Amino acid sequence: MSDFLLELRSEEIPARMQAGARADLEKLFRKQLDSAGLQAGEITVWSTPRRLALIARDLPLATQAVSEESKGPKTSAPEQALEGFLRKTGLSKDQLTERDGVWFAITEKPGRATKDVLAEAIPAIIRAFPWPKSQRWGADSLSTESLRWVRPLSGIVAILGEELVECEIGGVKSGYATRGHRFHHEGEITIGGASDYAEKLRACHVIVDHVEREAMVREKAKAAADAAGLVLVEDEGLVIENAGLTEWPVPLLGRFDEAFLDVPPEVIQLTARVNQKYFVCTKPSPLQGRGRSGAAAEGVGAASAADSAVNGGSHHPQTPSSEEEGAYSLANAFICTANIEASDGGTAIVDGNRKVLAARLSDARFFWEQDKKKPLAEQAQKLSRITFHEKLGTVADKVERVAKLARWLVEEGIVKNSPRNGEGDHAQHGGGDSPPSAVPTDSPLHHPAGEDLSLADQAELAARLCKADLVTEMVGEFPELQGLMGGYYARAEGLPDAVADAIRDHYKPVGQGDDVPTAPVTVAVALADKLDTLGLFFGAGKKPTGSKDPFALRRAALAIIELVNRNALRLSIVDALMEVRRIWLESLSEFSPFEFCGFDEDGAAVFAQVENRKIYRITRITYFFTDFTASPGAGHWWNKRALEEELNVRAIVVPPFEFVSGLRDFFADRLKVQQREAGVRHDLIDAVFALGGEDDLVRLLARVNALQAFVGTDDGTNLLAGYKRAANILKKEAYTANPNAGSEGEGVVPPTGEEDPLVLVDDPAFADIAAQFARPEGNYDREPAEQVLVDALGAAEPQADRAIAAEDFTGAMAALASLRGPIDAFFDGVTVNDPDPTKRASRLALLDRFRAAVHKVADFSRIEG
Amino acid sequence: MTVDLKRPIGQSRRIMADTTQTPPTTPLCLQDMILRLHAYWSEQGCLILQPLDMRVGAGTFHPATTLRSLGPEPWNAAYVQPSRRPTDGRYGENPNRLQHYYQYQVIMKPSPANLQDLYLQSLAAIGIDPLLHDVRFVEDDWESPTLGAWGLGWEVWCDGMEVTQFTYFQQMGGFDCKPVAGELTYGLERLAMYIQGVDNVYDLAFNNHGVTYGDVFLDNERQMSKWNFEVADTDSLFEGFRRAEAECLRSLEAGVPIAAYEQAIEASHLFNLLQARGVISVQERASYMGRVRDLARGSCEAHMAKNADQWAAKYPEWSK
Repeated sequence: MSDFLLELRSEEIPARMQAGARADLEKLFRKQLDSAGLQAGEITVWSTPRRLALIARDLPLATQAVSEESKGPKTSAPEQALEGFLRKTGLSKDQLTERDGVWFAITEKPGRATKDVLAEAIPAIIRAFPWPKSQRWGADSLSTESLRWVRPLSGIVAILGEELVECEIGGVKSGYATRGHRFHHEGEITIGGASDYAEKLRACHVIVDHVEREAMVREKAKAAADAAGLVLVEDEGLVIENAGLTEWPVPLLGRFDEAFLDVPPEVIQLTARVNQKYFVCTKPSPLQGRGRSGAAAEGVGAASAADSAVNGGSHHPQTPSSEEEGAYSLANAFICTANIEASDGGTAIVDGNRKVLAARLSDARFFWEQDKKKPLAEQAQKLSRITFHEKLGTVADKVERVAKLARWLVEEGIVKNSPRNGEGDHAQHGGGDSPPSAVPTDSPLHHPAGEDLSLADQAELAARLCKADLVTEMVGEFPELQGLMGGYYARAEGLPDAVADAIRDHYKPVGQGDDVPTAPVTVAVALADKLDTLGLFFGAGKKPTGSKDPFALRRAALAIIELVNRNALRLSIVDALMEVRRIWLESLSEFSPFEFCGFDEDGAAVFAQVENRKIYRITRITYFFTDFTASPGAGHWWNKRALEEELNVRAIVVPPFEFVSGLRDFFADRLKVQQREAGVRHDLIDAVFALGGEDDLVRLLARVNALQAFVGTDDGTNLLAGYKRAANILKKEAYTANPNAGSEGEGVVPPTGEEDPLVLVDDPAFADIAAQFARPEGNYDREPAEQVLVDALGAAEPQADRAIAAEDFTGAMAALASLRGPIDAFFDGVTVNDPDPTKRASRLALLDRFRAAVHKVADFSRIEG
Repeated sequence: MTVDLKRPIGQSRRIMADTTQTPPTTPLCLQDMILRLHAYWSEQGCLILQPLDMRVGAGTFHPATTLRSLGPEPWNAAYVQPSRRPTDGRYGENPNRLQHYYQYQVIMKPSPANLQDLYLQSLAAIGIDPLLHDVRFVEDDWESPTLGAWGLGWEVWCDGMEVTQFTYFQQMGGFDCKPVAGELTYGLERLAMYIQGVDNVYDLAFNNHGVTYGDVFLDNERQMSKWNFEVADTDSLFEGFRRAEAECLRSLEAGVPIAAYEQAIEASHLFNLLQARGVISVQERASYMGRVRDLARGSCEAHMAKNADQWAAKYPEWSK
């Protein structure tokens, strides 16, 4: 047994690729061992910017000898068969073995020296290495077939035990020699093997173990902050990146001009992090806080210090950014990670880095000052220059629609001021919208006009301004600050806090786990923005397909679901999306010589051309670009091009039926995905969706939750069993309550796109009428169990209806639970398939009534188990 | 004049023995820094060329880089290239941003195995001590859609400041680079500011006799920023663009790709000026860039076509 060391040296490997490269090296190496039948003990992989290393413990020195047996023809088989077998195996007849009347060829494969296996494996691994990006280099690259590597490959160390594994690839030969730190160690180092590799490198200023370097960065950065009396803002991403950029990491703390702290802390942090890979620090506590208005700090610095101690090893902690805006007090310090033990202790390095950061911060401050000179309303005018989507107009168009929709959401009473969430965001976010006591009272900006704006006015105002920061210099430089900067600028110009908060947070929630807004103005704008996006792309027939979702519509739908649930908003998603569609079509007509008149009963948009106050042409557009009809009175028919040219219609509009059904399915899917995480069974969601017509998510989920609780009980399980039995009988008898309907399949008219979108929705109001209509007169003496079921239904149905009307779904389930005993007794004591057709019909009708009663809460046929 | 381009590069040379390589004891002025770099790269076997006498956005546009990176023949050259980026103009008021600045460009084909070491020694030659200053190679791949070119490499950081772009060209004009050239682009003003410890570019010592960078260029920056942003006649810029485009196409037809390439460069700069004047909308932008790209690529293609036979005859490996 021997340990094996492999080192692949190259010019600097990008930090972001190192983790993947380590995994790939191990995977490829294991694959090579497997195919040679070798087994290693522990395998360790390391990386630095200039090398990938692998150590495999306890490799056998040779592979096992293998004896392979292949079965040939029977000894009784014709001569040709044997000849063929000999040809195939390359053996002669006397080398074959006979067993039970069958010829066998036995080939002995002797063991191979592991060293030889590795000598072949190394070039194979290098050639197969899946770098995300690779390059050619040097004189060999005269041919495009030359070796590719992430950057030029410069050396290979391959030692098994103490023996060199000789191999060569791309002009690089394996050897015992490697190199130490680029600047701290000149010349070559001779490695003895796996056992002295790491320590020899350490002696030459290279920490080859990335985990150790990460710990050095983490701990020394923290120590540097501590020594300066500050608190490091932890950032595991930066730890890994800096460890990937250095072989000998030396974190150094520097100071920048305190005047830069006027710039929002997120900007400073982002500048330092993204451009320079620096850590930042906070002041330890408000009492010791210097510089900016001490009142702004709420002692969160101390809290994050405690967090730091606990979360030292957490994975990718979010930097304290938008969530806690202003709630932490940034210090005028940065920590850079050098790659050398500088001869002057790092003074020159810190000074150089300080200058670079200062130049970047002056740019940021310039942007901040410039941007503040223009009110957001003025900035927003420039949004007409930004395309939202080539077919769907500009961001200015979008803002206009979102503003209308946000107002509508408030005016319809969907989003309202509620004591529950009125102050919610204030408590959460602190800082900018912290309680009045924390705000400097002398600030001229803090007595905004319009605090008394109505909720609808505030929502509309916030919506109109919510995208304005996209055209500011700062967001141009740092797109990830969108929203956040808008919030800052809004506050700076004295807009109400609720409006500034809404501008800041209207993109939320972004992905699962993100904060879900609760402040009413924010909710209105956030919801309107996402509904608009979804409504437009679906309206224009651009729904996601398969894994392709370029406009992040799934995320938008999920965000809508979370906003609705978190705030218990009562709305019909379909109504809201039809409103999006109405606002959109109305806005489109503004660009045409035709004026939008409204929708006709088919859902078609009607436009009229008005000249000299006389309507002289009317056009009904069922769906733009795909079909349309013009009123015959107009004198001529329009074709698609004429529509395009004359109406300047800018988008294809999906007809209402398709629009609504597509979005409803989409929401159902999203809801299932989202609820699965919360442990809700998808079949139960299906069971409720199958009822149709339900697009109030709050009610829908209440129903699903009650159902989930119910099917978990004894009553639920038994009722489900009874239901399935009833449904099976009805299915077997091809029972249909409506004698007029044809058999299945017939009479199904393919949708033309002009149907009333609501026509296919099961209207619960008609269910009873239909059941009544279908119930034949029972002109005979009912069996006792039959009568009990009739009576039980008679009692349970109105009870369930009342409970459902009151949205008491647990109550409705309880009413249905009362049917469990009677339905079991019915199956025990009554023969459905009675020879008397009247009895048979009546009993089938009774079962159908039972089924219909159960369907009041959910379509039980969708429930699994 | 004949230059032996095939002389081995750098490898066997004792660099520190050369007097020009002795690290300077006092901070270099800008022109001495350039002289040092010239001396150093000349020692490494590079031709020391003069700037291209046309307005370009970067040293890469010089045909000594663009066209010479195509084809199999060895090529080693270094030169200063005045570079113009009209939209970066700040009327002389920003201490770091200029609409006209100098790049020091080195191109070595094929890329020598020790190019990183050669580069680091060039830093030593202008007075950067790598045990005092933190020099790092940070991933930064390069792509120029205009030139149909890309490469992998780094931005070189000195104490956190990007001082050089280091690239291994993989494609140029849409063609694979065979062999690959290594390109170094030093930002001269930044390096000089660094070496001299100056915070404002206009305070740089241009020479050792009291002339500053501001003395030479401040008025130029003020006036040219104004011209770029406010004065330049957009009609004649548009007209110039169309003319350069037409001339490029004519030259291609006439079988003079080097001349065609010059017109492509001209069109590219006129486009940059139109951008600075703010008269090209977002939608038009893509279309103009496409037109410039077609010109540049067409020139590279024609250059390849014109030389392919003789290159293939000399380097049979290359044509494969």
